[in-house]
Amino acid sequence: MNALLEKHTKDIEDILKKYPEDQKRSAVMPLLYVAMRENGFVSKQDMYDIAEIIKVSATQVASIVGFYTLYHDKEGGKHRVQVCNDLPCALRGSGEYLEKLCENIGIKVGETTEDGLVSVESVMCLAGCDKAPMFQEQNPDGVFYHEDQTVESTLELIEQWRKQEAK
Amino acid sequence: MSKVDKHILLRHHEIPDIANIKTYQADGGFETFRKVVSTKMDPVELKNIVHDSGLRGRGGAGFPTGLKWKFVDDNNWPHYLVVNADESEPGTFKDREIMEKNPWQFFEGIMVSAYAISANDIYIYLRGEFWELAHVLDEQIELMKKEGLLGKNLFGTEYELNIFTHLGAGAYICGEETALLESLEGKMGQPRVRPPFPPAVGLYAKPTVVNNVETLANVSLIVEKGANWYRKFGTEKSAGTKVFSLSGRVKNPGNYELPLGTPFRELIYEHGGGIIDDRPIKGIMAAGASSSIIVADDKALDTPMDYESVPDVGAQLGSASVIILDDTVDMSWLINKTTHFFKHESCGKCTPCREGAFWMTSLTERIRSKKGTMEDVILLEDVAKNIKGKTLCALGEFSTEAVLSAIERFPDDFDAQVNK
Ligand SMILES: Cc1cc2nc3c(=O)[nH]c(=O)nc-3n(C[C@H](O)[C@H](O)[C@H](O)COP(=O)(O)O)c2cc1C
Ligand code: SF4
Ligand code: FES
Repeated sequence: MNALLEKHTKDIEDILKKYPEDQKRSAVMPLLYVAMRENGFVSKQDMYDIAEIIKVSATQVASIVGFYTLYHDKEGGKHRVQVCNDLPCALRGSGEYLEKLCENIGIKVGETTEDGLVSVESVMCLAGCDKAPMFQEQNPDGVFYHEDQTVESTLELIEQWRKQEAK
Repeated sequence: MSKVDKHILLRHHEIPDIANIKTYQADGGFETFRKVVSTKMDPVELKNIVHDSGLRGRGGAGFPTGLKWKFVDDNNWPHYLVVNADESEPGTFKDREIMEKNPWQFFEGIMVSAYAISANDIYIYLRGEFWELAHVLDEQIELMKKEGLLGKNLFGTEYELNIFTHLGAGAYICGEETALLESLEGKMGQPRVRPPFPPAVGLYAKPTVVNNVETLANVSLIVEKGANWYRKFGTEKSAGTKVFSLSGRVKNPGNYELPLGTPFRELIYEHGGGIIDDRPIKGIMAAGASSSIIVADDKALDTPMDYESVPDVGAQLGSASVIILDDTVDMSWLINKTTHFFKHESCGKCTPCREGAFWMTSLTERIRSKKGTMEDVILLEDVAKNIKGKTLCALGEFSTEAVLSAIERFPDDFDAQVNK
């Protein structure tokens, strides 16, 4: 049985409707986002399920997961803090911000906190260069922008996530 | 009639509530689309208006929009309009503001454009990071369906129009139009060999126009007010206004919509408020990380920002993502940043780009850590020159621009880094 399809029948039907009858392969990207809603990464089983829905091989689905940076095949922090440290942001202090942020959380870029709440990543331009330092938060619900950040404002936000978790 | 004051695109500066559909309609919004469809205007006439307006693509290449539309193959159906909202060039953040702040004009622009190329389906390809924005657009599309602006039998005619959003997932190369089409077809985003070009063989092998968000956001006003009205803005060969994304070492970074041909000096010192701490300006990158670095002397500062003039100072206008560099910026540091970017974003399809990006990054890394020699700088220049002209898409070329211009125009920055 196709667990993904069963769980998200309506959403998947809506996605498939966007593309012509004979071009369902186009749905692979939106379907991968649906799969990531569970726990923030795409499992092997999800890849098989998606392959079955759009009638391609699981290897083809895996190659898409590998090609695009917003798809993950491993568990990371529940909130992935993806700090832009590309040229324009770096000209406005993103490098220092990133360093201090990591120091305060006690992890290095690419690592996840022990409780699994936060990972910090360094990413390329996010089209928010005039509001540096900035980061996007990727979590199972989607991708959210946080602009004009300071180390303090980001730490406060992380504290809020921690409190939500505790509830 | 739509009211236009200083801005053609960033009209929220004059009409703060323009993102509300009622406000947009009260200002004459969607009347152009209604008129075009209900009077069954001849698509050829529309293509001519856009052609005559002198509108050129705002995604980077500056290709005449009306001309591109005329290449659409009328012997092969259906046609598609694909909106390029991938906006991933470092330093570019204008399409996002247009879609967020003036969404209905963006929609009306793409709807009139779809009619002009006889397309019934529009796909908006947004970079995956625009996840929140895509959800807002989806709601707005639903609202337009309810308002009778999208769907079958529009305004009692045969014409049908649908709009779909499609989210990418983090890959700069998907901004390249053929890689974008591959991605939209559910494949890895790797550029296609051209020709054929998309107006002949595009999405699902059907005739397809790919245009940038900003390009298309102009279209409804051009059709409403006429080609001559549009030509009043800008220069003879670079008509209209352009949204300049200003970033880097300026006091007031942000988007500024100005007539094409405005000098760099006005953008940087009047609108941008000048350099942080009033330091001396050193360089300008006019087209994001893909630019050659312009030496910011008086001649450069007085250069008009249009497609013809920027090459006079050894660069391109491209997407007009103007990154400002002051005297605190070391060019060997800068190209370490840009080479990292291109190494990360090379799609790997052709060897010179894939391997070249790797070597350029290793060399800039070595030079930056003060372990390099002058030979490394010469080798770096050599690697870059060997990428140029040998790649399948322009990304390969882009990756060499900052490197070559930095070494040639700012030699002192490299002398200071290497062991002689
Ligand atoms: C590597 C690369 C990245 C590009 N990225 C974008 C982009 O993010 N947005 C865009 O509109 N055009 C981008 N382009 C240009 C497109 O290929 C294409 O020329 C453009 O979408 C055409 O629309 P226009 O004529 O309206 O500018 C890119 C091109 C290359 C080679
Ligand atoms: S030039 Fe680079 S990005 Fe373009 S097709 Fe070749 S490898 Fe891919
Ligand atoms: S460089 Fe950071 S958002 Fe553009």
